[in-house]
Amino acid sequence: MTKRGTPLVEMRDISISFGGIKAVDHVTIDLYPGEVVGLLGHNGAGKSTLIKCLSGAYQKDAGQILINGQEVEITNPRDARAQNIETIYQTLALADNLDAASNLFLGREIIGGLGFVNDSKQEAETRKIMARLNPNFRKFSVPVSALSGGQRQSVAIARAVYFNARILIMDEPTAALGPHETQMVSELIEELKRQGLGIFLIEHDIHNVMKLCDRASVMKNGQLVGTVNVKDVTDDDILGMIILGKKPAHLAA
Amino acid sequence: MTQTQQKTTPMASPDDGLGPVARFLKATEIDTRLLGMAGALLLIWGGFHVYSIFVNGNAGFITPRNLWNLSVQTSSIGIMATGMVLVIITRNIDLSVGSILGFCAIIMGVVQVYVLPDYLGLGNPLIWIITAIVGMTVGAVIGAFQGWLIAYRGIPSFIVTLGGLLVWRGCAFLVVRGETISPVDSTFALLGGGPYGAVGATGSWIVGLLACAGIIWMLISGRAQRKTHNFALRPAWADVFLGCLGCGMVIGAVLVVNAYPWPKGIVDAYAKANNITVPPEGMFISHGFAIPVLILVAVGIIMTFLLTRTRFGRYVFAIGGNPEAAALAGINTRWMTLKIFSLMGLLAGLSSVVASARLNSATGALGTLDELYVIAAAVIGGTSLAGGVGTIYGAIFGALVMQSLQTGMPFIGFDAGLQQVVVGTVLVLAVYLDILYRRKAK
Ligand SMILES: Nc1ncnc2c1ncn2[C@@H]1O[C@H](COP(=O)(O)OP(=O)(O)OP(=O)(O)O)[C@@H](O)[C@H]1O
Ligand SMILES: [Mg+2]
Repeated sequence: MTKRGTPLVEMRDISISFGGIKAVDHVTIDLYPGEVVGLLGHNGAGKSTLIKCLSGAYQKDAGQILINGQEVEITNPRDARAQNIETIYQTLALADNLDAASNLFLGREIIGGLGFVNDSKQEAETRKIMARLNPNFRKFSVPVSALSGGQRQSVAIARAVYFNARILIMDEPTAALGPHETQMVSELIEELKRQGLGIFLIEHDIHNVMKLCDRASVMKNGQLVGTVNVKDVTDDDILGMIILGKKPAHLAA
Repeated sequence: MTQTQQKTTPMASPDDGLGPVARFLKATEIDTRLLGMAGALLLIWGGFHVYSIFVNGNAGFITPRNLWNLSVQTSSIGIMATGMVLVIITRNIDLSVGSILGFCAIIMGVVQVYVLPDYLGLGNPLIWIITAIVGMTVGAVIGAFQGWLIAYRGIPSFIVTLGGLLVWRGCAFLVVRGETISPVDSTFALLGGGPYGAVGATGSWIVGLLACAGIIWMLISGRAQRKTHNFALRPAWADVFLGCLGCGMVIGAVLVVNAYPWPKGIVDAYAKANNITVPPEGMFISHGFAIPVLILVAVGIIMTFLLTRTRFGRYVFAIGGNPEAAALAGINTRWMTLKIFSLMGLLAGLSSVVASARLNSATGALGTLDELYVIAAAVIGGTSLAGGVGTIYGAIFGALVMQSLQTGMPFIGFDAGLQQVVVGTVLVLAVYLDILYRRKAK
């Protein structure tokens, strides 16, 4: 695919370590508007840690983050939200004791007259977006601890897409979803892409990667193995990169 | 179509298979835990009542006089318990509230007895206001400092406030070398209750009618809110029932406090001061609601709104439910923790106003062991020590239960040892029942 203009996101030479472990080791990736970049790798490769540097959950030890070519400091989740970066965490990051609407609007409540949270408006908005994502969802007035894994995941997805993100980070968004719900998320990703969002998608299912992603970046042991155009490779090539940690011969420059 | 749907499915999910009681509870959305607490309270009162009639041979526990005193004694613990709910919901604890109360009392004693009269003159009406503000400010600053140690220095709240328990109590004694400051400013003393520190029969009716109007307004506006968004409505009969129940309880409370007359000595003194001749059969002047009780009610309402309707309250719950998720949602959890402890300190300061005013003096020992009763009140009221769950009304209810035991047992002649045994047992039992309840609710 042809790349023009400045990328939406550039993460340059990012490193972060925990104790002695280099969880992310000089990794550079980028993302253009209207593009889905898959992030792949074995368990513990450092995918979640890398995107958490972008979402503000962690602070990188070294490296630069550029949004639209401008270097930005992202030191906490609020900074990331201010840059219209929305994240679906692998752990979902839901407050179990609150209902779906309170979770969806957590940190960004709709405030009505008198400065009170407008719960009914929030619930109405939640019903609207859930109707798009998971029409079978009914449990609006119970804490999310009472929801199934897939229902919880729907809430986390709804939260990320509700606020008009420009940059969307999805860490295994369909891990707990049934086939129908997964299909709806795939359609959602296609639609958001058409709207010009940039999406980082962490995904283990090669099928989904081949179907949804434009490019794929593969990590192993905290390091970047390489980034490939999905159109130019087969699923076996990508599997080879994940397992062997080497770019396929016909692409290695 | 939507019309009929709203009528046929009142609560969105089918009611089939529920007995009449369960259906009733579901329709009215009455908290079954609240019912349990009300039942426990009636049981305690009833027990004391029967015991005092049959064993002690006196008029019984449930009298306007006892209930009025109980309401006043509940205020101080109740005010602090509302703050403790927030602290415990966010998975912290505050062991220092009793000592903060004592320290604030001493500071306020010094301010109103030794400092302000020199500048404003004895009995100046500004004295009580300045004193109360100073007391609450001192409490809030101490709370903020402890909150800072907990949130920004990472010291566990148990340790910080355990240290605070000793430090502030010690400071309270150091300030005045253990002496008692007495009496306090006469206007200030009204904040603690007593015959003059109550709003009287007419005042109580005004308060009661305002409360009824508030209850009805809340039910109506709640219905209107749900209608605008097309959510399922509570059946109308359930709202009417809740309205009647709420108003009935308020009016009952007014009748009780108005049924407790001033003692004869006070009536005579009052009559003399106002040049009234007391008729030979005596004069019936009602106490009405005591000022500290009204303070508690106001605090309860404000704290309920704060916890359930504002962003701040939502963040309190979010932090308790999942601190990591709260932080990832952009909530400044440290700043929140600092604010929560500061609020707790402020309420301890307010409680100190009530307690020292009631005692008409300030001593360094004021509020000793209060932290335990406050925590017990919150926990009995359904606040979970695991965090994330709790209500203000529950904590006030819990304070009432604790205080009922505290007041009732000496009344029927239980000695101090037995009292402690009972209070301790009730605490453990209440929490155990709560755990069973939660397990079943799941
Ligand atoms: N908070 C932390 N403290 C210590 N070590 C961590 C922390 N977070 C991640 N790590 C370590 O960093 C490495 C990368 O973890 P990460 O969660 O990024 O993997 P991942 O690629 O997302 O794996 P998975 O596919 O299982 O989600 C792992 O070795 C992990 O143990
Ligand atoms: Mg991961």
